[in-house]
Amino acid sequence: MVKQEQELDNRPDNTAFTQQRLPAWQPMLSAGIIIPGFVLIGLAFIGIGVALFVTSRSIQVLEIDYTGVAQDSPCFKCSDPNAKNCMCTMEFSIDSLFQGPVFFYYGLTNYFQNYRRYGVSKDANQLSGDLEYFTNPSDDCAPYVYDNNKPIVPCGSVANSMFNDTFKLFQIVNGARKQVPLDGKGIAWWTDYNVKYRNPNVTPLRNAFNGTVKPVFWSRPAYELDPTDPANNGFINQDFLVWMRRAALPNFRKLYRRITEGDFAEGLPAGNYSLEIAYNYPVLSFDGEKKVVFSNVSWMGGKNEFLGIAYLVIGSLCVVMSIVMLIVYAKFKFPEED
Amino acid sequence: MERFHWLQHRCRQLLAGNSGQGWYSVPDGLSNKSSLDNHNSQHRFRGKRRMVLACHGPHQQEFQAVSKNYKGNAIRTTKYNLLTFIPMNLFQQFHRAANLYFLFLALLNWVPVVEAFQKEITMIPLLVVLTVIAVKDALEDYRRYLFDKKVNNSVVRVFCGTQKTYIDQCWMDVRVGDFVRLSCNEIIPADMLLLYSSDPRGVCYIETANLDGETNLKQREVVSGLPFQGVEFTPESFHSRIECENPKNDLSRFRGYIEHSSGVRVGLHSSNLLLRSCTIRNTETVIGIVVYAGHETKAMMNNSGPRYKRSKLEKRLNTDVLWCVFLLLIMCLSAAIGHGLWLKNHSDPVFQVDGEMSPALAGFYVFWTMIIVLQVLIPISLYVSIEIVKLGQIYFIHNDLALYNEQLDSRIQCRALNITEDLGQIQYLFSDKTGTLTENKMVFRRCSIFGVEYPHEENARRLEVYEADSNEAAGCSVTLKSGCSGKSLSCRSLSCNRSSVSLHTLTAEPAEEEDQLSTHVQPRSSAFCSRMTKEVVPDPQLVRKFNLLCSPVVHLTECCSENPSSLELTYITDFFLALAICNSVVVSSPSRPPHEVPEIQTPLKSLEEIKLMFQRFSFSPFSALSSHSIPPPIKGSPHSCASRLFTRGKTGSLTFSTPPNDTTDRSDIGQESKLETTNHKGELDSSAVREREDAVQMEDWETDDNFRDAKTNPDMAVQAVENLNREIASDGDTHHELLYEAESPDEAALVHAAQAYRCTLRGRSADSLLVDLPGLGSLAVPLLHILPFDSNRKRMSVVVRHPLTGQVVVYTKGADSVIMDLAETPKGEEQALDMYSHIREQTQKHLDTYAREGLRTLCIAKKGLDEKEYDVWLKGQLLAESSIENREELLLESAERLETNLTLLGATGIVDRLQEEVPETIETLQRAGIKVWVLTGDKQETAINIAYACKLLHASDQLLTANCGSKDACAALLEELKLEVQCGEGSLTDLTARVESSLVSVTGFILVIDGQTLNWALQEELKSNFLELTCRCKAVICCRSTPLQKSQVVQLIRDQLGVMTLAVGDGANDVSMIQVADVGIGISGQEGMQAVMSSDFAISRFKHLSKLLLVHGHWCYSRLANMILYFIYKNVMYVNLLFWYQFFCGFSGSVMTNSWVLIFFNLLFTSIPPLIYGILDQDIPADTLMELPELYQAAHTSKVYVPNMFWITVVDAFYQSLVCFFVPYFAFAGSDVGELSFGSPINASALLIILLHQVIESKTLTWIHVLVLLLSGGFYFGFVLLFSVICVTCSPPTNPLGVETLQMCQPLFYIVCALTIVTALLPRLLFRALHNTLYSSAVWKSAQMDKMDSEEYCRKMQCCTLSRSRGNRVPVCADNAGLEPSMAEVVS
Repeated sequence: MVKQEQELDNRPDNTAFTQQRLPAWQPMLSAGIIIPGFVLIGLAFIGIGVALFVTSRSIQVLEIDYTGVAQDSPCFKCSDPNAKNCMCTMEFSIDSLFQGPVFFYYGLTNYFQNYRRYGVSKDANQLSGDLEYFTNPSDDCAPYVYDNNKPIVPCGSVANSMFNDTFKLFQIVNGARKQVPLDGKGIAWWTDYNVKYRNPNVTPLRNAFNGTVKPVFWSRPAYELDPTDPANNGFINQDFLVWMRRAALPNFRKLYRRITEGDFAEGLPAGNYSLEIAYNYPVLSFDGEKKVVFSNVSWMGGKNEFLGIAYLVIGSLCVVMSIVMLIVYAKFKFPEED
Repeated sequence: MERFHWLQHRCRQLLAGNSGQGWYSVPDGLSNKSSLDNHNSQHRFRGKRRMVLACHGPHQQEFQAVSKNYKGNAIRTTKYNLLTFIPMNLFQQFHRAANLYFLFLALLNWVPVVEAFQKEITMIPLLVVLTVIAVKDALEDYRRYLFDKKVNNSVVRVFCGTQKTYIDQCWMDVRVGDFVRLSCNEIIPADMLLLYSSDPRGVCYIETANLDGETNLKQREVVSGLPFQGVEFTPESFHSRIECENPKNDLSRFRGYIEHSSGVRVGLHSSNLLLRSCTIRNTETVIGIVVYAGHETKAMMNNSGPRYKRSKLEKRLNTDVLWCVFLLLIMCLSAAIGHGLWLKNHSDPVFQVDGEMSPALAGFYVFWTMIIVLQVLIPISLYVSIEIVKLGQIYFIHNDLALYNEQLDSRIQCRALNITEDLGQIQYLFSDKTGTLTENKMVFRRCSIFGVEYPHEENARRLEVYEADSNEAAGCSVTLKSGCSGKSLSCRSLSCNRSSVSLHTLTAEPAEEEDQLSTHVQPRSSAFCSRMTKEVVPDPQLVRKFNLLCSPVVHLTECCSENPSSLELTYITDFFLALAICNSVVVSSPSRPPHEVPEIQTPLKSLEEIKLMFQRFSFSPFSALSSHSIPPPIKGSPHSCASRLFTRGKTGSLTFSTPPNDTTDRSDIGQESKLETTNHKGELDSSAVREREDAVQMEDWETDDNFRDAKTNPDMAVQAVENLNREIASDGDTHHELLYEAESPDEAALVHAAQAYRCTLRGRSADSLLVDLPGLGSLAVPLLHILPFDSNRKRMSVVVRHPLTGQVVVYTKGADSVIMDLAETPKGEEQALDMYSHIREQTQKHLDTYAREGLRTLCIAKKGLDEKEYDVWLKGQLLAESSIENREELLLESAERLETNLTLLGATGIVDRLQEEVPETIETLQRAGIKVWVLTGDKQETAINIAYACKLLHASDQLLTANCGSKDACAALLEELKLEVQCGEGSLTDLTARVESSLVSVTGFILVIDGQTLNWALQEELKSNFLELTCRCKAVICCRSTPLQKSQVVQLIRDQLGVMTLAVGDGANDVSMIQVADVGIGISGQEGMQAVMSSDFAISRFKHLSKLLLVHGHWCYSRLANMILYFIYKNVMYVNLLFWYQFFCGFSGSVMTNSWVLIFFNLLFTSIPPLIYGILDQDIPADTLMELPELYQAAHTSKVYVPNMFWITVVDAFYQSLVCFFVPYFAFAGSDVGELSFGSPINASALLIILLHQVIESKTLTWIHVLVLLLSGGFYFGFVLLFSVICVTCSPPTNPLGVETLQMCQPLFYIVCALTIVTALLPRLLFRALHNTLYSSAVWKSAQMDKMDSEEYCRKMQCCTLSRSRGNRVPVCADNAGLEPSMAEVVS
């Protein structure tokens, strides 16, 4: 026997693999599998769709456009590019309690933060607090690398174009303005705040910026972004971080503040409100719009009708399909099996 | 497009790299250099000549000056050395289109204005490919280096001038002009001129298997005119000058002359040249002078690259790739235009980086950026993937047990790696007959001598049993196997790189190959020596007649009387003598080296010597066995009697007095003769027999006791046969079995047949042959000349001095058509004339019968020459032999001069059995819609017969024969046949319409066309008619066709009909056909390896074709087609995601994904699943494919890979990418989603869609699929998660830190992914489901129904019979379905 085997040393191995006889599942997607599958998927989708739809309906959103294109807009005067330090106030009212926590966004439209050359224009090393790159910013930052032969810190177009409108929200209670406390902490990503963006280990912080200039567009240097909170300056300023995380689409909103404190922890009670806007950011040159958005969030994020409807549509499509299939199946398959 | 071919070629080379192919291929650089050298030396050395002198002779100085430009024997086949590896390898690699594309992209990315990703990222694909290939190249080259080293350091004995003796030297130190001494089984180190051979005839045998794969022995001759002819060669005494042509790669051509010191010039030709890497066989010692060394040897110059064929699918693929390029350009162009417009509208917003740039310029830049971003769309990696997939497919084909031949221990060899899918598209199959449909194991079946037919019934019965079926197979497979393994071994060793393209060697251990080199291949056992060939069962009647020769007394009277019976006896004896000696068979016996066999070497000149010889040989082992038939007292007489037989009728100078001691034995022989006559009435001259009856007595037979007992037995003849058999058997026991190495299988068959009649070829020496004749012992037959076989003459002859008469006799063996023409009626008396013409007539009749039976026929004839005639001829022959100019023509002429006025002795019918399962295979292939043509060189009758036997022809088919002599006749005939077919078709349909059960309905037309007619039909004017006719025929049989015609036919069909053709053959005459066909299949059989060497696939049995085509072909095609479609889908789908994003980022070339992930997506995450899909998917199980050959046809009528499938795939990919992009888009629109956060669910769902798409498309899923799919998915998620944790500042501007971790914590991510996946796959899923429900292949369904029906029928029948048996047992015909209801009633 051994001898025989030796003689047949060219004989291929008789294994399931080499002989292509591996046990296999054959997903011949016949109606028998598809119909129950479709029904199941359809039902699940309808379920999810209903949940999403209901959730989405419960989310309240309030958008206020303050671009000031319209003549009757309080901010019309500020929309003039030559106006400096213009302030305007938007009045609005809320009919019922705006469930908290309320998220306060600013929104821009037709703004291409995803423009490739814009997105490239920053220096990650500089932003991670590497002092070497303070004096020698990366060429990526072009055209905002140097200003008057002094390195710009933070360099680059993204940082340069940081949104610089500021808002104050007042509730008008019996004619008196009661400021709504806005929580600016924790609006940026944890990783951005703690890992990605670092200030140089220099105290005071301003010394690190010696020999550098602020971005052209900025009114204040980076180390003075938030005069109220020393820990919120430099590259780890929350607003700066939010801005630096570029939006995916040209119409976007970014988180400005959250309303979580004091009397407003439960949300914004019904009533009249006044929004004081320091109008700085020019958007008319590219037909952009500026707005503020108040919204509360759910487990599925912000308000989005699309997902719920899409789920419902696809789910019911699946069910319809399974019914069609059943008819087809009955018509073509059953006679044969008789 | 050429670039792509080159790429594929290169890929294939690389992928097959480890197989060791191209070990010997001379690198381009080297060969160029050498050709350059040649060019130079041509000027330097008298035009195209090279001069070679002995290295150590007196001309040493002179020669050294001349030979300094000759190459040494060291070879270097490596492409690189350590220093040049990196630059040269890079240079080589950048010849590839794919690499250039990658390089172009990488360089493009270095241009700042168009830069899309970080610079290093676009270099990753390039680097990965370059590194992988460089490593492969390095390994391959290292192996070559090791091999070269081994070859260069092989030891050979070279004459050393200072020590005056042969010393061991390495091959690499051998120089031109060295004398090399080789022994048996040694490999020749360089091209040498044969100066000395230990063989007294001055010949030596070489085996060229390493060179061309042919395992039969080739004879080489010592250069003639050397002064030391015959004595031991001494290099010191060699003072001749050799002038020969410069190195050329033509193996069969060598020209030059040798000028001896005496001033005589002798021509040199290729039969004087020993070629490098051939093996010396059957010769003890040879000495030669090296004329070409190293890279200048013919073997080294003959290393062509591997076979390269392009499959049809690849051609289609290339157009689709062009479409992809077109698509890419459109996408980039639209992006460029879009960007320009966008920029115009956003001239200077706050986010604008460089407002001054003109929109047109920016658009131009974006165009190039987009090319980088969307690079994946051009599926360059597809080419690499295809190669890998094909390698996997080849692996499975190679490993298929069904394609393994246990007898030969041989697997299928896949030599062309890139046309596996063509196997699934074959529409026309062209088959050779001999050796392809048949076994090409020539077995003697029957013969006709002296116009008497001997049917050999026993022999026929023996042949009916297939060797494979019997248990004895084990015994015979040893010889077979050793022969075969010798073959395969030699194929692997040395420079046979062409054969090692096969996966054979891919899997072979390198060590194994090295072993083969160091320890020389063991002497093979003989070729063509199957048990089947050897064991011929003799015909009892013939045995009895032949035995008369052994009974000396018989002849005593017969010799004197000129009766036809004794004449017949001489015919018989001559016939068998001719069978035994008219060949070039080399005899060897396992116990003794082959060249030592003949012991008598001096030619015998007179009969006195013969007598002496006989007496001497009566003490040889053979005499011991045959002693009972040659009783000692009258030892001398039979020989003289036999000699008398042969001198009869001739006025030869030799006359013998016959001792008249014949008086007592007449009655016995008389009895026997009576038996003879009663058995065979058709025999000639029964009156003569009767006469003999009285005259002959047989006393001597009484010495044999057995025989005497059997005398009264009516089955005496059978007894005699048994005795004979026993003798042969015992002969075989005592003697070691003789092995015959023949050039062709029929030669061996005939020698074995002669052996069966105890007319045994014992040995062969330079000028004599040793033959045993029954009753006469061993005779030395002085061999004067051999006129070898050539295809023009279609015959071969030997000129011998007859051992018994001393007369010069020519024995000729050849094709019947030729011999019958040459066999003139000899001059003589009227009666003799009548008799001869009668014999001719009878023989012709028998030949026709043989041909009808499908036997191969050969005629045997002889011619006696008197000394004068011989002398005259000899002069002419010697002149021809010594001439240098047109030697071949002169030799041919000389041979033709001799082979005239032959006396026809008889004819043989050699059977060449059909291989097992040939009819079934042909039927299967025809059912699969493949048109089978048989192209053969055989006679029409034989061809038709074989066609019947292999079920190509059915009794109901109408045979159309086309034989005509002129072109006009051919044109007319074609028209006529066309009409006939048309009418036939008309009537056919009518018939079937009217009476279905018509018994005589013609089911098809078979065209039989002969070579000459084919020649006319292939001409330009008649081509179309011929094609039209053949298209209507079920099958076509071309007989008497030449190799060229075979290839012309294949080419005509391939080009004119545009169909996929397959040619299968086994011999050298099929090579051109195999090469022309789209798929060439060689059958490794008996006729050397030439067909195999030129084939794409080599199988060992015709029956393997059905599985190869129906299963593997089908699978390979559908797998590859589906894989390609999937691959294109995958690329289009993914790239479009990026494209859609451009609409939302101002067409600026932004991506929403990390660039590493983007690059790796195609390179890592989704690269393995398509490969697995392409290698393992089985759309229909193998069993079903084999059972339903119709599926094969269905597969290529409803082609998988056709343009609209491509577009459907692309459209589906577009749809899926739209869904995959816009579902997340709407889900995130207006929200605060970041760029990468937006890309995250898109990427994840794209990956899952792509993987699940494959699950839907796969017909089978095994654990391997599941594993690979899971790993691919897992790898992606693992990678992105890890990357989003550790990548802090890397890959700007798409730094992924924290993105995926954050996204995957949110339910929205999963909600979006689920919706995307389901929506994207819904149409495909629906389509598949509906398709599988409604349109599953009609054949498949009908087959299922057939199965069901038959099962149901069986079930019903069972019920019926059961119920009947339970019932009152009314005898009812079970087949009668009409009775069923009534039966049921009865039961109930």
